[in-house]
Amino acid sequence: MKNPIAERITDFLKHYPPFSSLEYSKLLEIAKTCRVLYLEKNQTLFKINDPTHAFFYVVASGAIGLSVTSDTDDVLIDKCDEGDILGLRPFFAKNNYLMTAKAREESIVYAIPIETFKPYVAENPAVLSFLLESFASNTRNPYDKNNKGKLISENVIYNDQNAEIQYYQPIKYTRNPITATPVDIVKFVAQTMASSKIGSIIIHEDRKPIGIVTDKDLRSKIATGLYSIDVTIDKIMSSPVITVADNLSIAEAQIMMLKHNVSHLCVTKDGTNDSEITGIITEHDIVVAQANNPGVLLKQSKRAQKSADLKEVREKLVDLIQHSLDKNVPINHITSIVGEINLAITKRAIELAIKKMDTLPPAQFAWINIGSQGRKEQLLLTDQDNAIVFEDVEEEKYDAVKNYFIDLAEKVTRTLNKIGYEYCPNQMMASNPLWCKSVSDWQHQFKGWINAPAEKGVLNNTIFFDYDFVYGNEDLVDTISTTIVEETDKNELFFAYLGADALKNPPPLGFFRQFLVENDGEHKDTFDLKGRALMPLIDAARILSLSKGIKNISNTISRYSKLAELEPQNATIYESCADAFAELLKFRTEEGLKNETDGRYLNLTELSKLDKVKLKNDFQPINDIQEVIKNKFQLTYFT
Amino acid sequence: MDLNWFKKIVKDYPKFWETYLSYFDENQSKEQRFVVFDCETTGLDYKKDRILSIGAVAIQNNQIIVGDFMEIFLQQDIFNPETVTLHGILKEGKEEKIVEAEAVIRFLDFIKDATLVGHHVDFDIEMINQALDRLNVGTLKNQVMDTDVMYQKLKNLSEEEKTSLDDLCEIYKIKKSDRHTASGDAFITALVFLKLKKKLAI
Repeated sequence: MKNPIAERITDFLKHYPPFSSLEYSKLLEIAKTCRVLYLEKNQTLFKINDPTHAFFYVVASGAIGLSVTSDTDDVLIDKCDEGDILGLRPFFAKNNYLMTAKAREESIVYAIPIETFKPYVAENPAVLSFLLESFASNTRNPYDKNNKGKLISENVIYNDQNAEIQYYQPIKYTRNPITATPVDIVKFVAQTMASSKIGSIIIHEDRKPIGIVTDKDLRSKIATGLYSIDVTIDKIMSSPVITVADNLSIAEAQIMMLKHNVSHLCVTKDGTNDSEITGIITEHDIVVAQANNPGVLLKQSKRAQKSADLKEVREKLVDLIQHSLDKNVPINHITSIVGEINLAITKRAIELAIKKMDTLPPAQFAWINIGSQGRKEQLLLTDQDNAIVFEDVEEEKYDAVKNYFIDLAEKVTRTLNKIGYEYCPNQMMASNPLWCKSVSDWQHQFKGWINAPAEKGVLNNTIFFDYDFVYGNEDLVDTISTTIVEETDKNELFFAYLGADALKNPPPLGFFRQFLVENDGEHKDTFDLKGRALMPLIDAARILSLSKGIKNISNTISRYSKLAELEPQNATIYESCADAFAELLKFRTEEGLKNETDGRYLNLTELSKLDKVKLKNDFQPINDIQEVIKNKFQLTYFT
Repeated sequence: MDLNWFKKIVKDYPKFWETYLSYFDENQSKEQRFVVFDCETTGLDYKKDRILSIGAVAIQNNQIIVGDFMEIFLQQDIFNPETVTLHGILKEGKEEKIVEAEAVIRFLDFIKDATLVGHHVDFDIEMINQALDRLNVGTLKNQVMDTDVMYQKLKNLSEEEKTSLDDLCEIYKIKKSDRHTASGDAFITALVFLKLKKKLAI
């Protein structure tokens, strides 16, 4: 009996490999044994860990997504369209499916029994090799190019909670990219690329893409001497460009790049080569979209053109912190990464502000961060604390120079504020005339604090001893550091003052080893993590490293490490202080992320018993370090 | 009393009909089987017109079982040349033809106790029932589902608002390459049925 339905399926299959290499009559026999399935959008065909089916599948219409699962989330790794085959696992392995196949849109799928197909595979090597290849490529892992082609079971490790959501989102890319015409000279195109800090440029004719030149082309065709620098760009461009339409998802963009083995996609109006260029998608865009990778954030801050770009980086930084904490990255690594990115953001904000000034800076200067920013310890909701040092200038120019830098600082602090760094409530910012001055003035300032601590109010200004060079001429900062070391050396009075201050907050455990909580105000019955636990450790690290003449280290953990190196007899105490500090900072950061605050006040009732024990254990080093300070600086006279 | 009456009737009928009825006898627990079918006819008057061909395919477990399929062409006594252009079945076409009685018997043997599915299926059922009547047996006992009625239910349409199979294909993006052959329509209807079944969560 004729079977027109089977014929209809045969007519479909014969267009697609591996079926195309089979005779029509054989294919018809296969078609007669198959089944037709309808899948609604998001309906699952098979799930990860399901026992394998007696069928493999061919997409007749629609699209099936292949994904792997991490925790509860699916991570799409491939998409099967009309004519694509999937579910080949039972051919090659007896164990369960390693992927989930789910309809991404309404789909009709032909299910072909493995048993009927096997004989054809055995007698037809072309079919076998095609199935093997598909099996391997269906299991590729786009996250990890090095493992491309390996079986999924060997390389699937995903923890990214947001991966799926991110992956399905439309990719963000550069709109209206910089382009060149084929007759442009290589040298000038390269200059444009360099000044715009871009790694690729699309070559167009009548706004339609005809080629692309990337850094690689310049490297392999110009730098090698293959072409001279004054040829027209069309000589070295790669052509054609892979074009895509707007609204590509991250996954699709990545699959396109893998498919064509390119690192750039050109977005055009209708997605073809024959329409107007509207944007460019680079591999970099995919990386940016997938992860808040610190390297990418750094690069992004360097390329930022306006405060909004920097704000974006700053916002992603919060995700990065959360992510790193979730992954148990040691807190000192997190602080140094976050510190670097904060630094890069500030640097770029300064560069942008200088561009906005009418003239270039009239003198050498250095921008420094002070306080928690200088220590690179504040992870969340950082206040901006900063200052400017400029080189000594002739007296008649002094005011003009100072005014220039105050102006500049105002622009920078305003930008930083827009980005999300709050103004310092105590006006400890470079825009404050008090904290924007020449090297000599700063030296004088520090001498005053160090030699007459009482009168000059050093206790309110200890944060100036925690500074970090950000931008400009670092020598200026070194000069000040040297002055500080010279002035503090064996300066008993200064250390006595500072020491007494460092002891003003005793370890936060009461007589019955209960937590000392706040007694009044908004934060009643919470624990002041910053004031009672972090500050004592910060203050102790500062005074001890000043007394040791340690220069250019402001970070508390780094200070303790350095101290441990210099004073082996107290190394254990210093190391335990560093550990305690790291843990306390983690407490604070997690609390801050949870409540979108700066995490200063911990609600003890919300802490688990284990956390309370951990917290208490971190207080012992505070006690120990305060003993060290007492003995070292003979503070018994003062207290 | 009822039971005796039923037995008596069974005894009086031909073997094929007995067998057909017996499928409904058993207390079956096996998987539900649907048969999607379509009849091409000489016209739309079930009294005067005759079946030209029947195409049918089974659905089990939400899968169209391509191998569980039948297609038959009937020898014609009544022939309406006007409909030939529509369905392409000539009176003496090259397909193997069987007489109506054999066609109906084969059809019953194929459908067994399956739930019958069709688009505007009442007409097709009536055509079969008329043929059964000419064999002096009863009417179809199978449960019946109509894809248009399902669509009405899904969209809350009234009974009067009919939707053609063509329109449903349009709506559900089903390629209509083999429209107007019985088996082509049966397959398309089967696809429509799978979609509606899913959407109605039947």
